[in-house]
Amino acid sequence: MYTPHTDSEREEMLKVIGVPSIESLFEDVPAEHRFPKLNLPEPLSEMEVTAQLQELSSINETTQDLICFLGAGAYNHYVPAAVDTILRRGEFYTAYTPYQPEISQGTLQAIFEYQSLIANLTGMDASNASHYDGATATAEAAVMAYHHFRGKRTRIVVSPAVNPQYRAVVRTYMAGYETVEITGDQQINPFHAPEDLLPLIDTNTSLVIVQYPDFFGRVRDYTNLAQIVHEAGALLAVVINPLALALFKSPGEMGADIACGEGQPLGIPLSYGGPYLGIFATKKEYVRKMAGRLVGETTDKQGRRGYVLTLTAREQHIRREKATSNICTNQGLMALAATVYMSLLGKTGLRQVAELCYHKAHFTAQQINQIPGFEVDLSTPFFHEFVVKCPDSVEAINEYLLDNGILGGYDLGNDYPSLKNHMLIAVTEKNTREDIEILCEALKEYSHD
Amino acid sequence: MTEPTIYELSSPGRQGVRYPQPDVPLAELPQDLVRKELPLPELSELNVIRHFTHLSHLNYSIDGGFYPLGSCTMKYNPKINEEMARLPGFLHTHPLQPIETVQGNLALMYELQEYLKEITGFDAVTLQPAAGAQGEFTGVMIIRAYHKSRGDTKRTRILVPDSAHGTNPATSAMSGYEVVHIPSDKRGNVDINAIRAACDDTVAGLMLTNPNTLGLFEEQVVEVNKIVHQAGGLVYGDGANLNALLGITRPADLGFDIMHINLHKTFSTPHGGGGPGSGPVAVTAALKEFLPGPIVEVIEEGDEEMPPMFGFYQPNQSIGRVKAFHGHFGMMVRAYTYISMHGAEGLRKVAEYAVLNANYLLARLRGTYKVPYDRICKHEFVAEGVWDDAPGVHALDIAKRLMDYNFHPPTNYFPLIVREALMIEPTETETKQTLDRFADVMLKIAEEAHQQPDLLHEAPHNTPVGRLDEVKAAKELVLCCWLPEQVQN
Repeated sequence: MYTPHTDSEREEMLKVIGVPSIESLFEDVPAEHRFPKLNLPEPLSEMEVTAQLQELSSINETTQDLICFLGAGAYNHYVPAAVDTILRRGEFYTAYTPYQPEISQGTLQAIFEYQSLIANLTGMDASNASHYDGATATAEAAVMAYHHFRGKRTRIVVSPAVNPQYRAVVRTYMAGYETVEITGDQQINPFHAPEDLLPLIDTNTSLVIVQYPDFFGRVRDYTNLAQIVHEAGALLAVVINPLALALFKSPGEMGADIACGEGQPLGIPLSYGGPYLGIFATKKEYVRKMAGRLVGETTDKQGRRGYVLTLTAREQHIRREKATSNICTNQGLMALAATVYMSLLGKTGLRQVAELCYHKAHFTAQQINQIPGFEVDLSTPFFHEFVVKCPDSVEAINEYLLDNGILGGYDLGNDYPSLKNHMLIAVTEKNTREDIEILCEALKEYSHD
Repeated sequence: MTEPTIYELSSPGRQGVRYPQPDVPLAELPQDLVRKELPLPELSELNVIRHFTHLSHLNYSIDGGFYPLGSCTMKYNPKINEEMARLPGFLHTHPLQPIETVQGNLALMYELQEYLKEITGFDAVTLQPAAGAQGEFTGVMIIRAYHKSRGDTKRTRILVPDSAHGTNPATSAMSGYEVVHIPSDKRGNVDINAIRAACDDTVAGLMLTNPNTLGLFEEQVVEVNKIVHQAGGLVYGDGANLNALLGITRPADLGFDIMHINLHKTFSTPHGGGGPGSGPVAVTAALKEFLPGPIVEVIEEGDEEMPPMFGFYQPNQSIGRVKAFHGHFGMMVRAYTYISMHGAEGLRKVAEYAVLNANYLLARLRGTYKVPYDRICKHEFVAEGVWDDAPGVHALDIAKRLMDYNFHPPTNYFPLIVREALMIEPTETETKQTLDRFADVMLKIAEEAHQQPDLLHEAPHNTPVGRLDEVKAAKELVLCCWLPEQVQN
């Protein structure tokens, strides 16, 4: 199958090596632990494994079977066919990290274009080649800020309206830095205004982390916050949804130092949570402090334009324990997906998708707000996600919705004790007016029953 | 030959994909928050397809040729894996769906955890880490949490052999540990006396790669692990080289406490031009409760009529999340497919042939290339890319010259303990013919190095671009481009 030697080839090779058998290549393995019997199922043929996995996958109910209003960090967007067509090219997906630039210009130029698109979209000076996901990109922002101040500023202020999973990952990443204190998200009201963070920001603060749109979908202007963060000498990281940036002011325009976030909305399928794409972009002055791969433009001896991995002296394979991050991969293929997606949609298409999400979400919110017992705060601007205060537990409502073929919103009570009976609903361009009406009908019926 | 960028191909007003008109009334936009300019390129679908197809032609890949890149296990990526990961039932599930709607996903994850436990001998597995480096981070944070849970706060040092991947010391440092370097001995093993001397009650653990980065099995591994345990430390196994051990030995049986597994090396998920990887972490029973959660478990036993119900379990002393959601699920589907198609016998054959191929290449190159730690190797070996009687020729020149013969170069300049290292890992999926062709070319290049060294110095000659000016790239730092009419900076 994937081990192609014939018996006679194997014998010839053993003869060249000068050993009598394959087993004799393993005499350095302790005899008592050598050749264990592994208890694994009998091997399947390609035909059998296909049948088995088709059956297994068909047990799931998917966002294609159900009407999906679930978001909370992963969104059900349409992915044009051309994206996967490019991703399936073996020249891309079976290549390694482009360490040998002469034979990796395809990957390198694609990453360079990715970096360009992300820099333009976020309004920042430079993007890296990507991190694992939005959560780890946010954690890398915390690590970068720590090292930027050489460990002398030990406070990180995090808004409670940052995705709870991202906050958890920031805490895990910073656990090794024992002096660091992460504050804010346990102290203030989840629905806070940007100004509510100000009392927490001091001259010991290295980084302030906010989200845009925030975890509850709200779009707040962080321009003033950025100014005050900078007056305290600290850095501001804005966790972004890249799609929202096609419609709303960029973090660069607001004065952010770091824009990080989840790139999944840019043409990457839901795939049960991964692989996704960690976006990380920053200002020029911090480029050398940024972790992760970077591609730069250069020329060869004949003056032909080409691309290479650059500033590699920051990385673990050179700096070893002096490196500020151990990252060695990026999400190469996912960055390629986002690049193809953004190239296809371009400036008009991306804005169009963002607007479709916006209008459909607002229509949904208004409709739900009219249902007795359900309440939506329509006073704060939001993108494509909003909080619904429900008359009952979200779990019970979602169970009812599921029985009606609807994948309901996220239960905010899971992460916020004060938000029991609050549901986070996401609406994308894939939700038709009919979908929205079915949801509202079901909620109405629920409140009647 | 240079391909224009998407910015250069852009033409105002073009669009590659059309969307339906809004079917709801338009809501008012908050004008003070709305973006005024969106400086993105504008292309047609065919522009995009041609552009990226052209770019793909500039890449070397496993599908295109032999990729003996040491330490990276560039084995063939079976096509069926790609199909399975894209089954709609998997692809279109949302990570926060109620568990009763994703029993297929959870069953697959559970089975994969079980397979990895069986293959490595460990008692528990998390599938969450996104890549090998993140698996390492997870492992070292578990070491940290373990000692902390015992009130043992004196342990501030991690032992790392000098042959280790750069990620090992970087991970230890980012986890708050001081790194102690341990030299290698004459046979290429970690120096057991140095381990003994370094082990005291300040040692949190040892990070050991086995087979090590010289491609050699650590001959005293059981004894080394015992020494660390006796000093109260834990041993972290870097699973980068697990391909050589499938069905040959189980790392947990050798005394390792923790290990990460690279699904993208050992279990054939594609490297994707630098990711996504996937780095599950396996631990002994004593460390299960420290794993990042959630992990998949059976929450209701099944019977003859009902399959078991799978759900999530949150370890009670967890180091916390290392990434959002459940890890790289798409990679798990691919690895599951691969393991299902191999079974126990097939996996053992993978390791056997990986080792056979490496030893065959070693035998063919020995004598022409110096191999400083020359004994039976495992899945890879490290030769010197330099000769005393061919001054001025370096490993880098050999690497670049290989491209002219349409081979991907081996890893070079790593591990650091070999002069001008060429680290060669053929993997099990290559035929004898390919190996012979590669060996013949390597011998020819050795000859060229002595007779026409300029051929090597100026190589590559046949690639889309020649050697690129890396100093210029770092100095000028052009990291992105803009639309022509908006040239900034």
